[in-house]
Amino acid sequence: MMDFGGINPAILIASLMVASVPIMLAALGELVVEKSGVLNLGVEGMMIMGAICGFITAVKTGNPYLGFLGGAAGGAALSLIFAFLTQSLLANQVATGLALTMFGLGLSSLMGQGYNGIKPPLTGVVPFGPLRDIPGIGRMLFSHDWMVYFSIGVVAATWYVLKYTRTGLIIRAVGESHDAAHALGYKVNRIRLMCILFGGAMAGLGGAYISLIRVPQWTDGITAGAGWIALAIVVFASWKPLRVLIGAYLFGGITVLQLNLQAAGSAIPVEYLSMSPYLITILVLVIMSSGKGRTALNAPAALGQNFHASR
Amino acid sequence: MLKRTLLATAALGLGLAFAGGANAMDKVKACFVYVGPVGDGGWTFQHDQGRLDVIAAFGDKVDASTFQENVPEGADAERVLTQMALGGCNIIFTTSFGYMDATNAVAAKFPDVKFEHATGYKRDSANVSTYNARFYEGRAVTGTIAGRMTKSNKIGYIGSFPIPEVIQGINASFIHAKKVNPDVTMSIVWAYTWFDPAKEADAAKALIEQGVDVILQHTDSTAPLAEAAKTPGVIGFGQASDMAEYKPSPRVSAIIDNWGPYYVERIGALLDGTYEQKDTWAGIGGGEVKIGDITEAVPAEVKAEAEALAASIGDGSYHPFTGPLNKQDGSPWLADGVVANDGELAGMMFYVEGIVGDIPQ
Repeated sequence: MMDFGGINPAILIASLMVASVPIMLAALGELVVEKSGVLNLGVEGMMIMGAICGFITAVKTGNPYLGFLGGAAGGAALSLIFAFLTQSLLANQVATGLALTMFGLGLSSLMGQGYNGIKPPLTGVVPFGPLRDIPGIGRMLFSHDWMVYFSIGVVAATWYVLKYTRTGLIIRAVGESHDAAHALGYKVNRIRLMCILFGGAMAGLGGAYISLIRVPQWTDGITAGAGWIALAIVVFASWKPLRVLIGAYLFGGITVLQLNLQAAGSAIPVEYLSMSPYLITILVLVIMSSGKGRTALNAPAALGQNFHASR
Repeated sequence: MLKRTLLATAALGLGLAFAGGANAMDKVKACFVYVGPVGDGGWTFQHDQGRLDVIAAFGDKVDASTFQENVPEGADAERVLTQMALGGCNIIFTTSFGYMDATNAVAAKFPDVKFEHATGYKRDSANVSTYNARFYEGRAVTGTIAGRMTKSNKIGYIGSFPIPEVIQGINASFIHAKKVNPDVTMSIVWAYTWFDPAKEADAAKALIEQGVDVILQHTDSTAPLAEAAKTPGVIGFGQASDMAEYKPSPRVSAIIDNWGPYYVERIGALLDGTYEQKDTWAGIGGGEVKIGDITEAVPAEVKAEAEALAASIGDGSYHPFTGPLNKQDGSPWLADGVVANDGELAGMMFYVEGIVGDIPQ
């Protein structure tokens, strides 16, 4: 196998696929939410609620799969608060989203009391049998847990649904012009509520992946800003599901690469390596946004605007 | 500025006066500041065990029920310390290096309250004492096991912050791994945290991907061991605490911090009026550092070798930093048979010969 600076690319790709799962799921959920015209900045809060709810469920039941269900439920439950405030009470979405993050961080810390240092039940890798032994590719593609494949599947499914189905068309219509959608007889707030719940569940799944597989442990603030990165990836992807995959792999890849460079004894100072994933995220966002308003063109027209039928 | 200096000087004078005339106390309220959660299973857990030892030893005479977890190192620490001092604590244990300046700043304002700062070296007022453990003695033992156990001849070290305490650990591990296995190399990853399971797991994963099969950690969570458990053949060591739930492998041994005896001694001294400012640095010999049970994953002769090394460090017949030793650049540090003094160790900011890479500035 070829090596670049002492780093084996097959292993690098294998581990970036794992590292990018949480941000990919959360970003995908947020993408659907934003497609329906809602800006939910509470991704970080929903992720960490998913992380703790998933952890508690998995520890209590001893079943990691139920843990993921619990995580999705936890994230969705928190997003329900957001939905109630913004869709029923017409609260400002930006402020509500930010509050949701802070609330989620605090509530998860409270719920997590007593769960520090406990081992959750392990999630095994998918048994691919002989496929795993193919040199290079086996390690790269066939050595992961089911969530890695699931997340890629969800990206494909979301892409398909948004682009080719009636449901996708309705979601996009609501996000582009809620008045027009309303005039056509669609229940704008109900559709948005569904999208917000989906976004919460996806963020929760991403969070549960961190506490059940990636670390696997519970500690306060375990998501460590992954939710904000997910928000950036949605813009980076210019609201296109397949580009979410690329964005998540790019960020995950640089995160993994900088640690591997350190471990391989690279001459680049550690401080620069540690900030590189964030620097590159900012850089890419600047480049994306500078192209004569391309990003603005792609953003759903009704993004962040509340809808009330009487208006 | 001048006013503040004057105030500080006055406070210092007061502190000296009080420290001089130590009086016996009927009841002591002891408080603890922790950098992580008690449930970290490592560093903070062990300090809390020490707190529980105090309760067991003194019963009603000591109120040791006050502790604060997850206190960030910095301005927040100062706030927490001030609150504790105002809340009637007689003695406050600040249990992380990063509380050094906050501890000294608050201590200057509360000369009647005793402050005990773990792993620091600043004692600006008479009411500040420091205490530390010679973790590098334990590192020498785990380094020996690491050198014997590695098959890839690559061992990894997850560093927290580039401070002397951690550099001592890196050097002691490397020297003793190299002694039993001349082919050994060491990869170091700086996590820039004492406790962040996600970061620690990522660091361990990167090391394993680089072919490392023995992981030494200077961070406090069990996450590196959890990561090591995913790859057969990779081993690690419990840090600060026994981390027994990862026995017999990947956790093959551990460096255990044992703070209880020190806490009991200091609070006892405060109760009977013999309390004095001091700087304590005990190791395996003094019982502050213990080597956790070496599991059956380690061959018997390696286990015996490690235990013999620990015993010789404990009885003082061997010092982990004994010459001939060179610095990383090849310049001589310790001549044959010369032992490093505590001053050199406390300010150690260089790697020994054979370690690749630079210490981040």
